[in-house]
Amino acid sequence: MARRLVVVGGGMVAQRLVEALRARDETGIWEVTVLAEEASKPYDRVALTSYFSARDAEELTLGDPALWDDELVTLRRDAAVVEIDRAARTVTDRLGRVHGYDELVLATGSSAAVPPIPGADLSGVFVYRTLDDVAALRGWVEEKRASAPSANGWQRPVRGAVIGGGLLGLEAAGALKALGAQATVLQATTHLMNAQIDLGGGEALKRILQGMGIAVRCEALTSRIRASRRTGHVGSIDLGEGGRLDADVVVIATGVRPRDELARAAGLPVGERGGIVVDAGCRTTDPRIWAVGEVANVGGNGCVGLVAPGYAMAEVVVDRLLGGEATYPGADTATKLKLQGVDVASFGDPFASTPGSMELVYADPVAGVYKKLVVSDDTRTLLGGVFVGDAAQYASLRPMLGAELPGDPGQLLLPEGSGAAPSLELPDSASVCSCNNVSAGEIRDAVTEHGCTDLAGVKACTRAGTTCGSCLPLVKKITTTELERAGVEVSNALCEHFEVSRAQLFDAVRVADLHTFSEIIARFGTGPGRGCDICKPTVASILASLGNGHILDGEQATLQDTNDHVLANMQKDGTYSVVPRIPGGEITPDQLLVIGQVAKDFGLYTKITGGQRIDMFGARIEQLPLIWQRLVEHGMESGHAYGKSLRTVKSCVGSTWCRYGVQDSVGMAVELELRYRGLRSPHKIKLGVSGCARECAEARSKDVGVIATEKGWNVYVGGNGGFNPRHATLFAEDLDDATLIRTIDRFLMYYVRTADRLQRTAAWVEDHEGGIEAIREVVMEDSLGIGFDLDAAMAAHVGSYADEWRAVLEDPEKLRRFGSFVNAPDTPDPDLAYVSERGQLRPASEAERAGQVRV
Amino acid sequence: MTAICRLADLAVERGAAGLLGETQIALFRLPDDTVRAVQQRDPYSGANVMSRGIVGTRGGVPTVASPMYKQVFDLTTGRCLDAVGYSPRPGLAPDLATWPVEVIDGVVHVRSGPVS
Repeated sequence: MARRLVVVGGGMVAQRLVEALRARDETGIWEVTVLAEEASKPYDRVALTSYFSARDAEELTLGDPALWDDELVTLRRDAAVVEIDRAARTVTDRLGRVHGYDELVLATGSSAAVPPIPGADLSGVFVYRTLDDVAALRGWVEEKRASAPSANGWQRPVRGAVIGGGLLGLEAAGALKALGAQATVLQATTHLMNAQIDLGGGEALKRILQGMGIAVRCEALTSRIRASRRTGHVGSIDLGEGGRLDADVVVIATGVRPRDELARAAGLPVGERGGIVVDAGCRTTDPRIWAVGEVANVGGNGCVGLVAPGYAMAEVVVDRLLGGEATYPGADTATKLKLQGVDVASFGDPFASTPGSMELVYADPVAGVYKKLVVSDDTRTLLGGVFVGDAAQYASLRPMLGAELPGDPGQLLLPEGSGAAPSLELPDSASVCSCNNVSAGEIRDAVTEHGCTDLAGVKACTRAGTTCGSCLPLVKKITTTELERAGVEVSNALCEHFEVSRAQLFDAVRVADLHTFSEIIARFGTGPGRGCDICKPTVASILASLGNGHILDGEQATLQDTNDHVLANMQKDGTYSVVPRIPGGEITPDQLLVIGQVAKDFGLYTKITGGQRIDMFGARIEQLPLIWQRLVEHGMESGHAYGKSLRTVKSCVGSTWCRYGVQDSVGMAVELELRYRGLRSPHKIKLGVSGCARECAEARSKDVGVIATEKGWNVYVGGNGGFNPRHATLFAEDLDDATLIRTIDRFLMYYVRTADRLQRTAAWVEDHEGGIEAIREVVMEDSLGIGFDLDAAMAAHVGSYADEWRAVLEDPEKLRRFGSFVNAPDTPDPDLAYVSERGQLRPASEAERAGQVRV
Repeated sequence: MTAICRLADLAVERGAAGLLGETQIALFRLPDDTVRAVQQRDPYSGANVMSRGIVGTRGGVPTVASPMYKQVFDLTTGRCLDAVGYSPRPGLAPDLATWPVEVIDGVVHVRSGPVS
């Protein structure tokens, strides 16, 4: 019979423990029950601040959600444990349910510590710890904004204050700014983040924050929080030396306290400053009870409020539960601030408290950069470091902690690209991903032993970079180096004919102003070859994106894949399907009749597509012009279902008919589809427009999803269905029509120019340096200064659009391509065979061909 | 030898299907104006589509890629150079049959009966 493991707490460490146990417990010895206090599934608390931009708690969910469907795993949410009975080996949850255990793990984490300041219990005072805290804070700020006094069109901003200038406090301040509130950070000590960085770093950080519009007051002790006389809510803060700060919202982020109350009540030893005391195996004095994460006080040395040590403890307990002897290796206290636009990181001994240690400092107050390395007295060994304003070297230097440095350590602090910095070869034992405890050696093994050939594979294999992502550049570098060493070609070469990537080739063709494949391969190709099925369609797509006339003009025709070559989609028997454009899925009864009559006359099988169009199957190559003659006569045009190009803009019916719709989603979908129709791209592009938050158009499964709000449109990017479905991520909010269109124009054109061959937007966003944030800066803030160029390129596309099928029908030379045989252009392929099923024809199976039915 | 069409009827580096009696063949005009003929049936899908593949070179050898599942064939010998993980349909050989072609006075002639 399975043994019963009960885990108290449903945070990140609990999730990791269950995940690791299920991965390693191959015979199913353990049946696990997780009793979580919060109502959400375990989520990524480290990324809490991103909840303000993501707005979707689901995106913060950790790991594979299938873990909670495992039959050996039971997750009970909203089920805080209130009592442990060690003698009976049971725990009781808040609903009075009793759960028996063979082994018990306490993973109760920490709560925000609220100092005894008078007024800390007023409405409008928050802590910053859970999803609920964040949601409540957001609700409060939005409410205050709505009710803030206004006069003459000027509205007073919501004034926010954060008590505490540590990691969490700064994230809370960033969150307040993101919500459109003012933010003032009150720090009791001499400088910000004083637990992680030194005074010089703190000063640099203060300047950066001030530059972002976040006010900072150091040595500011809060003596009292006062209520507003008018509202009774929080109104101001009294500072120690007699100062006062007005505030409509206050966040207290002065530290955390371990949630050890259950253990105390059960008589388990706790540390002087709290935390359940455990040994190096993470076991309490009760041999059946363990503690992990922020609540665990290993060896009485204190608790650590970081996720990486918690993960390490979870792995230790799993090993022990399965009969192993693992011990906790000690805390890696390296930290990185996860605030957009601010790079702060520290590791090792940032205060140079090691006897005889020396500090090397690089400071550039103009650029807002402060960097420091702490090295041993012989300057050979790295002991710690602080990075503010530029943490580019953090990822590669942190793993060198305790290792011997190559050359002059001072060179390591020079800005990247200055040419002087020596390259570092990490030892196998160096920890690269501290969240998931992955060493450089494990990443190398993923390539050499497990056959991973790219970053995505290495991530899946080792889990490196899957939590906070800050180590990804380093993981990529190690992976690339290892692949090169193994002789695996890691160049971005398209194929044997081009050594460059699609994005590089795109730029080269654009800048060199080339217009034919022959010119391009002569100029940028590798040798005398004539191209292939990889590079020809790629070049065809690039030429089309750059506007080179009809895709079947001259030499361009020979580059096209068969679908583009005959402007239809090849099916399994060599016939084609035909899809006229139905913009936004809106179609008149007369157009429906045309499609119906054409399908009937040519004996075509019809089916409604997922993109709200009608697909007609079974058209032979020589029938295509005849079919299109009819469709074009009746005002229909190519739907580009065959192209790597815009497919459809799916829409719900929107505010014109729907009781709930808040915007005209069909109108917008039609406008977008007519704007981007025919745009050739690295892969197909799909859009969706929903008229309200109910999202009936499933826009978030599209490359670009538009969802109506009361104030305008929210736009989401990087979604897709298919083999690896992904939800699109929120990109911008409450845009008016013109801004929405400009945003999509730039996003699509930037994608068209820089993505790899057959790379959809989701993968492009993921691979883009700096991820979606960097793309948002390019698109919304024009950080690369190419906005005008992108706009002009899209305007050129829109202006030059012409229906491809109409152009074919008007050109006898192009029409000649559609003959079935060069010496019998109207003779159908005699091998085609069909049978009738549910009132329509479909291709005959091999078995059915014996008694075949001809069309 | 059977005359199929004029050389001018064929586009450079783009195939065309032809009928050799009742046999379907795929004709390809290369940049040097020589013509190759291979079977029109794609061994990996069973469909008559080889003429609609993309023409190119692999290591200097002229090739065609099946438009269906992208196998690459040597246009001169018919040999499958890259099966991209597929097997031929039951009863079909992995390589393409080829026919000798001669262009005489601007007319493409194919000899009946495949060489391979």
